[in-house]
Amino acid sequence: MAIDYSQLIPNNVDLSSDRRLQRALENWQPRFLDWWKDMGPDGTSAFDVYLRTAISTDANGWANFGYVKMPEYRWGIFLAERDQNRQIAFGDNKGKPAWQDVPGEHRSTLRRLIVTQGDTEPASVEQQRLLGKTAPSLYDLRNLFQINVEEGRHLWAMVYLLHAYFGRDGREEAEAMLERHSGDPDKPRILGAFNEETPDWLSFFMFTFFTDRDGKYQLASLAESGFDPLARSCRFMLTEEAHHMFVGETGVGRIIQRTCELMKEHKTDDVRALGAIDLPTMQKYLNFHFSVSLDLFGQEASTNAANYYTQGVKGRYLETRIGDDHLLVNDTYEIETIEDGRIVKKAVPALQALNERLRQDYIEDCARGVVRWNKAIEKAGINFEMKLPHRAFDRRIGAFAGQRVSPDGKLLSEAEWKANESKWLPTDEDRAYITSLMGPAVTQPGKFAHWIAPPARGINNQPGDFEYVRFN
Amino acid sequence: MAETAPIDFRTEPSRYRHWKLALENGVAYLTMDVNEDGGLKPGYKLKLNSYDLGVDIELADAVQRLRFEHPEIGAVVIRSQRDRIFCSGANINMLGLSTHDHKVNFCKFTNETRLAIEDASTHSGQTYICSINGIAAGGGYELALACEQILLADDGSSAVSLPELPLLAVLPGTGGLTRLVDKRLVRRDHADFFCTTAEGLRGKRAKEWRLVDRLVPPSKLVDETKKTAEDVAAKSARPKDAKGIALPAVERSIEGDTIRYGHLTVEIDREGRSAKLRVNGPAAAPPADAAAIHAQGAAFWPLALARDLDDAMMHLRLNETEIGTWVLQSQGDATLVEAYDALLAKEASNWLVREIVLYWKRTLKRLDVSSRSLIALVEPGSCFAGTLFELVLAADRSYMLDGVFDGSNLPTATIRLTSMNFGPYPMGNGLTRLATRFLAEPAHVDELKGEIGEALDAEAADEAGLVTFTPDDIDWEDEVRLAVEERAGFSPDGLIGMEANLRFPGPETMETKIFARLSAWQNWIFQRPNATGPEGALKLYGTGKQSKYDRKRA
Repeated sequence: MAIDYSQLIPNNVDLSSDRRLQRALENWQPRFLDWWKDMGPDGTSAFDVYLRTAISTDANGWANFGYVKMPEYRWGIFLAERDQNRQIAFGDNKGKPAWQDVPGEHRSTLRRLIVTQGDTEPASVEQQRLLGKTAPSLYDLRNLFQINVEEGRHLWAMVYLLHAYFGRDGREEAEAMLERHSGDPDKPRILGAFNEETPDWLSFFMFTFFTDRDGKYQLASLAESGFDPLARSCRFMLTEEAHHMFVGETGVGRIIQRTCELMKEHKTDDVRALGAIDLPTMQKYLNFHFSVSLDLFGQEASTNAANYYTQGVKGRYLETRIGDDHLLVNDTYEIETIEDGRIVKKAVPALQALNERLRQDYIEDCARGVVRWNKAIEKAGINFEMKLPHRAFDRRIGAFAGQRVSPDGKLLSEAEWKANESKWLPTDEDRAYITSLMGPAVTQPGKFAHWIAPPARGINNQPGDFEYVRFN
Repeated sequence: MAETAPIDFRTEPSRYRHWKLALENGVAYLTMDVNEDGGLKPGYKLKLNSYDLGVDIELADAVQRLRFEHPEIGAVVIRSQRDRIFCSGANINMLGLSTHDHKVNFCKFTNETRLAIEDASTHSGQTYICSINGIAAGGGYELALACEQILLADDGSSAVSLPELPLLAVLPGTGGLTRLVDKRLVRRDHADFFCTTAEGLRGKRAKEWRLVDRLVPPSKLVDETKKTAEDVAAKSARPKDAKGIALPAVERSIEGDTIRYGHLTVEIDREGRSAKLRVNGPAAAPPADAAAIHAQGAAFWPLALARDLDDAMMHLRLNETEIGTWVLQSQGDATLVEAYDALLAKEASNWLVREIVLYWKRTLKRLDVSSRSLIALVEPGSCFAGTLFELVLAADRSYMLDGVFDGSNLPTATIRLTSMNFGPYPMGNGLTRLATRFLAEPAHVDELKGEIGEALDAEAADEAGLVTFTPDDIDWEDEVRLAVEERAGFSPDGLIGMEANLRFPGPETMETKIFARLSAWQNWIFQRPNATGPEGALKLYGTGKQSKYDRKRA
């Protein structure tokens, strides 16, 4: 049966005249929909959700709002507009025209990067599939679904690249992305953090603030790629990723706001007695999600990252705005590592330190969000400060893996760690408490769960009691 | 002496740093868990279950011990302790820091270990099974290839690969290419794709292309491996109720340039760049039967001598690289050696005797590929009979004294053949040393069977073609001195190449291909700028800099 792809799949990649791509998608698209029904948000197929759909890449086209049933969402394929004169900005191929096709010698590297990035997109949908049942409001439920469909679109974006540029291998990889599942012991997702559960909304907001921000930095460095279709794809994805982090930052912010209101009103620190989330517990969740997300950047000294850079397939964050030679062959970069039982700074070849450099950019970005949360706490007149833990705290990957380090960066003995662990990371009891707050979804327009404040503004400037989701 | 502390090949399970050995229901589990900081030399970390010579010395020790110490074990599982990583092969930084001769010695030893694994599967009833729970790259996959069955976790990411060519511009160094097409019979076009794809293959395609035998969901991998291994073990002909013998550390003393073992003395002549290896025959008559052999255990003369000789060869190879000629001598009563051979032949069906004979086979093969000039001296008082005569046959040249030394009361030198010269000790080419020696006259080998047990003097030995030269006592000293001195004057590289070409005439086997291709192709590539030059791939690996190849096809 002939399918009108331009209607079904909004795109700016000339899908209607690309037979190879059509053939690939004909096979893949039904599987994607099956995957969405099996592994996407549970029991939501009939809901009408007020969603944003991208139908083109210009300023007006990427944010069209309207009610949609999620399985009918028009997952599009968009690349940022092509710059005809774009050159590779770094590495051995610096100054050459950006590649419009995959160079043979970098084929497997590029495929691996795209697969690793692509694998995270459906993973987070899977991690979040039950959250709708405990949504604290229609507003939040809608934001969750918006993120879910956009992660689905980001999967499409990566699958498009695999289908369009990597032949049979690409098609197999695209299928494999629907076969791996978050937390599945037999076919887990590629990266560790994407096999963790997202069991509650505090975790969800922390995840979107910290872990989706890793995604932002990965996408930003892929947006510098010499492989132009990948760069353009990632640039457009970044516009959507911003919304996910907005949901995370404002979500955590609204919980903080609610907690501070109750602390002031009742003149107490013990907000648990009032059914809210105390700031120390939020700090513990922050510690957990921050360190898990730091691991996603990989080893401090990485041969792979160095190769990617020299080959021109993955750059640094905002590569073109950095004022150096963009070759890095003779440069050094300071990383922190452990030597002789102390955390020390050590200069290493800059090429090998690219993961660490990206991690540093990420940490600075996270810190800006934390400052905004602290302003809200300060404004409420409460004496408490949220802090990012030291980068060595509770790590699983890299130089600090398995080391016992306090949030303020002191190396600890096992006994010291054990004595304090429950102050720094969520305990079973903390998790049980947060779970206990996750009641049935709040479905009345304009109403919010007790532990979270309403947002300052509605989506697309809708009023506070707007019916973001119709359950039918 | 070598610049650094000599590498010691003697170890035992309680001293392992990189492997765990566990036994259960007739199955041995060899679990790889490489200690990052446990490298043999400073300057590199053994990340991601990568290995250096030290890791392989432990593996070789375990393979050897399982055969002798555990007759009840019928299957051996090789697996990894690490999450999602089976083994990432030889450590690249170690290779980058190593001298050429260390690299070659390392490759050679690891090859011998892999072949010993296959020998155990084929001849000892200890079948190796590999259980891959993650990435098996390069030498990691080659280790799997040495096993008889490969189980791969089917989790969408576990993969087998030989990324040497695309990543490092070298070849897999432990027989990977040969085993792909010669052992697993992977189609050559499939092998071509596989060997040029750095990330390798996983899941269905790995199975369809014969790279692995079975795909197993990761949650079932441990149980399936256990079940498979226990089934294999149950079918093994090894005696499940027998008791093994202990292999205590080989005792040796190194005093200056003399190394003394229980049954072997090595004397190094640094100026002459040669070493005399003198093996001692048995001091007493052999025990009565297999049970008595068992009672003697590691002290049983043939086993004790093989262990001495094996250790001496490994020591000299790695730690005495400038000692280019090994002069092989013996001392003792040939009648006793013959009696030991008769016992080995009579009790050949006993599991322990079988292991001892197989061990001699491997030890003699190690001698064949040691990259040293071998000169055998058959003198009065020597005992080159049967098994020990294989040393003379292994030599590039042999000298046998015709007559006696003036003023000595020792009788005339003789050699003897036993049935052990006609089958149990094939070379890598699959032929006995006698058959290899007389390729032009296969019938002559049969005729020689008629000489079994005869004490052949120099004239008879020369007549039978069993020795090279037979000088008399007046010429002896000069002839022998000149032969050794002349050897020391030639280019060591040229000699190695020449000797290896001449030593293995006759048919090709997987084993000869592995060693020949290693020494020819790999060593050539290891020397070429595209691999080891300042801009070569092996040199630059890990720096993030891209190699610049000389694009000329040579």
